[in-house]
Amino acid sequence: MKLQLARRYRFAASHRLHSAVLTEDENWRAYGKCNNPFGHGHNYVLEVAVSGAVDPATGMIANLVDLDSFVDREVIEPFDHVYLNEDVAAFRERVPTTENVCIEIYDRLRKFPQAKLERVRLEETGLNSFEYTGERGESRP
Amino acid sequence: MASVSITRKVEFSASHRYHNPAFSPEENRRIFGKCNNPHGHGHNYVLEVTVKGEPDPATGMVLDLKELKQVLQREIMERMDHRFLNYEVPELSGQIPTCENIATLIWRLLEPKITRGRLERVRLYETPDLFVDCYGETNAGGAR
Repeated sequence: MKLQLARRYRFAASHRLHSAVLTEDENWRAYGKCNNPFGHGHNYVLEVAVSGAVDPATGMIANLVDLDSFVDREVIEPFDHVYLNEDVAAFRERVPTTENVCIEIYDRLRKFPQAKLERVRLEETGLNSFEYTGERGESRP
Repeated sequence: MASVSITRKVEFSASHRYHNPAFSPEENRRIFGKCNNPHGHGHNYVLEVTVKGEPDPATGMVLDLKELKQVLQREIMERMDHRFLNYEVPELSGQIPTCENIATLIWRLLEPKITRGRLERVRLYETPDLFVDCYGETNAGGAR
């Protein structure tokens, strides 16, 4: 039986979309008001799905205590109530679009030891969301 | 012809308790936490059932939603709504009634009853922030 266990988490963070390889004008054209120098914020909703065999003794793919503490340590703690561009090292080099935030979260969560990460879906607002399922054929470390 | 997925949602309220008699009381509490409370606790479960198929050229429908509604009423609602899942759903006896196991049972109950199209996904929400997707044995859910 193919099963996926999915859990939703929340964090609030600010960001600014600005690319060092674009000119001021190009940045404004590409990002519009998201290029505002002082940044702006969102209430992000993160959906994490994992798969694996159901342990007959517990009825679980993964214990939620383990999943919650892993996601909390790897993502919620470092991402909640921060300015992503400065406070998360990965985004000093990469524009923290929700695409890139999604990929960064996936890379952090794929190391979850108790189950296989299937997808990361990130809602930037209630009206837009981004989903990443990893590179095709990617094998786990 | 194009295949279309159609999803119907129902809600049921039920109680359950996580307890494995093979574990000591301490192990049960450590592994299951609050879910091990002897008297159980409950949820408003939300079930989304997705059936995929080609619309019948004569009716334009993948399947008759009224029929699906009746199947859900008979197979799921009457069995699980306002029940203590551990004691009142015999198919779950000997299992921990986790979202994983309930979703698997729902798949097994519904799959043979879908006469037009094929069951594509059973999504069971235990809370708005916790759900399980079941794709059956052959329908690889990872292939998206």
